Amino acid sequence: MRFGDLLHLATESLVRARLRSIMMRLAMAIGVAAVVVLTSLGEGARRYVTGEFQALGTELLIVLPGRSETTGVQPGMFAGETPRDLTLDDARSLLRIPGVARIAPLVIGSVPVAAGELTREVPVVGSNSDFLAVRNLSMAQGSFLPPGELDRDLAVCVLGSKVRSELFPRGPAVGATVRIGDRRFRVIGVLADTGRAIGFDLQELVIIPVSSAQQLFNTQSLFRIMIQATSREAMPRVREAVRAMLKERHQGEEDVTVITQDAVLATFNRIFTALTLTLAGIASISLAVAGILIMNVMLVAVSQRTAEVGLMKALGARGRQITAIFLTEAVLLSIVGALGGLVIGFVADAIVSRFYPTLPLGPPPWAVVLAVLIAVASGVVFGLLPARRAARLDPVVALAGRR
Amino acid sequence: MIELKDLSRRFQVGEQLVKALDAVDLAIGDGEYVSIMGPSGSGKSTLLNIIGLLDRPTSGEYLLDGRGTTSLDDDELAHVRARKIGFIFQSFHLVPRLTAFENVELPMVLAGTAPAERRRRADAMLASLNLTDRAEHRPDQLSGGQRQRVAIARAMVMEPTVLLADEPTGNLDHVSGADVLAALEGLNSRGITLLVVTHDDEVAARARRHVRMRDGRIVADGSSPGQPP
Repeated sequence: MRFGDLLHLATESLVRARLRSIMMRLAMAIGVAAVVVLTSLGEGARRYVTGEFQALGTELLIVLPGRSETTGVQPGMFAGETPRDLTLDDARSLLRIPGVARIAPLVIGSVPVAAGELTREVPVVGSNSDFLAVRNLSMAQGSFLPPGELDRDLAVCVLGSKVRSELFPRGPAVGATVRIGDRRFRVIGVLADTGRAIGFDLQELVIIPVSSAQQLFNTQSLFRIMIQATSREAMPRVREAVRAMLKERHQGEEDVTVITQDAVLATFNRIFTALTLTLAGIASISLAVAGILIMNVMLVAVSQRTAEVGLMKALGARGRQITAIFLTEAVLLSIVGALGGLVIGFVADAIVSRFYPTLPLGPPPWAVVLAVLIAVASGVVFGLLPARRAARLDPVVALAGRR
Repeated sequence: MIELKDLSRRFQVGEQLVKALDAVDLAIGDGEYVSIMGPSGSGKSTLLNIIGLLDRPTSGEYLLDGRGTTSLDDDELAHVRARKIGFIFQSFHLVPRLTAFENVELPMVLAGTAPAERRRRADAMLASLNLTDRAEHRPDQLSGGQRQRVAIARAMVMEPTVLLADEPTGNLDHVSGADVLAALEGLNSRGITLLVVTHDDEVAARARRHVRMRDGRIVADGSSPGQPP
């Protein structure tokens, strides 16, 4: 029997048994589409997070108080000693390390901000003039915090664009005065809309000088110190130097954590790849279910076509040929179903992208290939049993089953 | 040449052993026209299935053209069946999805014949049965007589030496039945061995040799119209 003839016979019977084959194709298509959409979501989330981090700049190091490594018991843990605060002096000292381009200390709190009758509760960030460059921000109007000594508590502030439009729905904001907590600040600039960051929305932010923020929140400690290295290559060196410097300043106690963008990025990559794999696994279950459905429907097809199998045998078909005919049908069905599933999956992707344009969707190529392979494989595996059953039919009994 | 020697076929039905064929001896020469009659359950269909190599005897010997068939495996039987034996069924057994042409082509497709050769032979076969203008019709678009003639074309397309017809006119009206019988007899006159199993005395009477069966045994075998013993 020629392969072309085999395909022809199989297509012929699929075209005729329309409902049956549509149901099977649909099951397979849903399975494949599920894999495509779910892995695409996982991958989209990974790319989104990666993109967010890369937007921060890859030469960034972040110092946070307290050790986050959990290796063993730290001295002082039982004495109830809290980690030493990060101070402005610590921040200043870091500037002396070679390879450090800029530093931006960070204090964050939430207080009411009022302009005239309008009041909003927004996050207030205390930092310095380098914050603009470290975070890759740009100005829409006016200027950013002026450069100068870290402990100069000027009463000036910069508004996020959303805060601006809420507090000053009409009229210019720059030059106006706002009340932050119980102090008055002059607005000197408004941030441009660009720039996103994990953690907080830069559009909904008020930025004031760091020492003003420390007074406002009545604290001496810093929330974070952001360090920009001169180059990526310098980062490991800078990281070690920062650690050594702060250890020395904190009486030999290593009580800060220095994280690099790269490390965070790698961690997120791992997490989201695992997430994508999990989603692919879940979606694969629907492929297996589709395979079982194929088996069921093929079994029904075999029993419906018992007489035909008997006839084929009477015409001189060998058992292997009967197997081949039914198996080809099952495999053709799963291939067509898988291709349909790809179309459905990508269309669904396109629709989701339309509603969430910031999410860079797109299934990873391995998931697409795998979905199609599993679909075809399940066609073979689950088509085999019915096909073998057909081949084993006793021709006399099969022919007697009149239709 | 068909030779059955002391051939038996027994079925186990529940606890009971049914003797569908009981020590049958039968020899049919090339080109004979034989009718097989008998009440239901007399074993005539089993006899036809064994001659057609669809079923195997429990004991005894079956020689087809002088060669023993009982030691052949399933694939070898399929091969012999494809080339030496044509089947005609009461219910036609056409594949409903395939056109008349494709149905006739089917045995050659299974045998792996080249498409050009298939077309030539199927066209010739359909033409000889006056079905050329029906070639692209599906079975449900054909009358009963036409369907059976398509089935005959399919049975003959591999040029077998033996044609086995199980109640070939059973589902047909008188006129179509006569058509179909005429077609079968035309083939027989060109040298094909023709075996017809039937309930219909009129059909049986047209054969030159008459075999009558009862309870798995041949009870009459003669060249005159068979009479109950």
